[in-house]
Amino acid sequence: MTYALEITGLKKTYKGGFQALKNIELKVKQGDFFALLGPNGAGKSTTIGVMTSLVNKTEGQVKIYGHDIDNALELAKSHIGLVPQEFNFNQFEPLTNILVNQAGYYGVERKTALIRAEKYLKQLELWDKRDEPARALSGGMKRRLMIARALMHEPKMLILDEPTAGVDIEIRRAMWDFLQQLNEEGITIILTTHYLEEAEMLCRNIAIIDGGEIVENTTMKGLLAQLDIETFVLDLVPTQHQVSIDGIVSRQLDDHTLEIDISKHQSLNQVFAQLSLQNVEVKSMRNKSNRLEALFVSLINQSGSAKENSKVVA
Amino acid sequence: MNNTIALKSILHKEVHRFMRIWVQTLVPPAITICLYFVIFGSLIGKRIGEMGGFDYMSFIVPGLIMMSVITNSYSNVASSFFSAKWQRNVEEMLVAPVPNWVIVAGYVGGGMCRGILVGLIVTFVALFFVDIQVHNIWVIIATVSLTSATFALGGLINAIFAGSFDDISIIPTFVLTPLTYLGGVFYSISLLPEFWQGVSQANPIVYMVNAFRYGFLGISDVSIVTAFAVIGIFIVTLFTIAMVLISKGIGLRS
Ligand SMILES: Nc1ncnc2c1ncn2[C@@H]1O[C@H](COP(=O)(O)OP(=O)(O)O)[C@@H](O)[C@H]1O
Ligand SMILES: [Mg+2]
Repeated sequence: MTYALEITGLKKTYKGGFQALKNIELKVKQGDFFALLGPNGAGKSTTIGVMTSLVNKTEGQVKIYGHDIDNALELAKSHIGLVPQEFNFNQFEPLTNILVNQAGYYGVERKTALIRAEKYLKQLELWDKRDEPARALSGGMKRRLMIARALMHEPKMLILDEPTAGVDIEIRRAMWDFLQQLNEEGITIILTTHYLEEAEMLCRNIAIIDGGEIVENTTMKGLLAQLDIETFVLDLVPTQHQVSIDGIVSRQLDDHTLEIDISKHQSLNQVFAQLSLQNVEVKSMRNKSNRLEALFVSLINQSGSAKENSKVVA
Repeated sequence: MNNTIALKSILHKEVHRFMRIWVQTLVPPAITICLYFVIFGSLIGKRIGEMGGFDYMSFIVPGLIMMSVITNSYSNVASSFFSAKWQRNVEEMLVAPVPNWVIVAGYVGGGMCRGILVGLIVTFVALFFVDIQVHNIWVIIATVSLTSATFALGGLINAIFAGSFDDISIIPTFVLTPLTYLGGVFYSISLLPEFWQGVSQANPIVYMVNAFRYGFLGISDVSIVTAFAVIGIFIVTLFTIAMVLISKGIGLRS
């Protein structure tokens, strides 16, 4: 089956010489719920910009449902519904007009568009505001307006660039439910976020982007499994003994240092029990942060909402 | 089919926009034209006497209508497209499968609608001051459509390059207004010294005003064929420039 999104060797250097994308490789299956996770400035919006032709790429190939943006741009774009990071509607235009016009740009007749506008405005709890100018909406409502707008041409793929940034927690949950429902109806969803929690709640597959490169691309389960494992460094009283612990991955670095990988389900008691049996004495123990954790720590420091994500590092 | 719907959407949005703010878009030209009529027609015009074989007021009416068509077509597209850039709602079109020519045609069409509507309003106001005669209605229709298209394209190009609201008033103030006032609205070019007659021939507005006046009065300082050729060349050139700029994404895509 063709991928919903296939990006190969994508590079972008902005005018002025800044290289925002170094080499992006990404594949998203049809019907997937996919997270692109990364700190501010990682290149998430730039990647989406290239897919939607708001950013001219420097090098590489992008295919949307098999349509290469280099030679079938309009076809490629017709499959995408975009919810951008920044509000980008006419603030003076009433909601219904915004939606119906947007549908028109995709070739949807006015009559059909009015029916759909009603459907999505109701689903997203904006129906009461339909005749108000967009500037009269709250931040969360504006965000939902952009979701409704992106759905007007019933795209196969919905791309949301940090859809819940600045949206309070209740509305965020309602939005998550709505997206999950869309995904169950068969729409491929790609969302960027810098909250791991959000990706964890929603997504089946995940790519982590940092400094314009994909540093990790795996299933959500796989990633969480990796996160589950904690590495401890044990400082031992020097021993000639070859230490090994049943059921636990360990590495003896020298005569007084042992590293062990413990999953959250395993208990440290059995480790110490076995070490005692072997007459190995532990002087002290510390947590070794692995690459992934270090990455998340850096993500979280930059996201400015450390509290919400603290359970990830804990 | 899809493109027709997209084009209709842009046009709809554009017309809606200037109708919604009619106090800013439709009323001022009507007031301006009244002032011109009072000052040049009734007060000064009587002392000037005839121009080109007609009383002064009748002579200037076509030029005054043309002036408002030019200004309004230009500023409609310049402000609408620039504000779409400013508020970023231009991205609504850019991310959709709308071909560039549809974007150009939609905005230019919107500018033409405003230009021609204002032209009609001004003509209607003029009827209170003078009898308007029609020599050739087709020349009138063709000139007003082509002229408004030319300046709508100009306004679009201006907006593409503009980085601030100031940038969309520079061209109207420093280029458009002088060219219009020197474009034979208020006088016949033949009154000028030979050198300035030559210079005037480089001013495209001279051709538009004269072709338009020909439609009403049957008189012109330039040949009508030349006039249409000049307007045609301007439209083709400006359309090509606008298309190239939008395809390259100047001021639109990073
Ligand atoms: N138009 C631009 N010109 C120059 N640099 C840009 C432009 N847009 C973004 N950048 C830079 O590219 C990098 C990636 O930005 P972006 O894709 O917006 O990141 P993210 O969405 O992951 O926060 C950032 O360092 C940003 O400053
Ligand atoms: Mg971003």
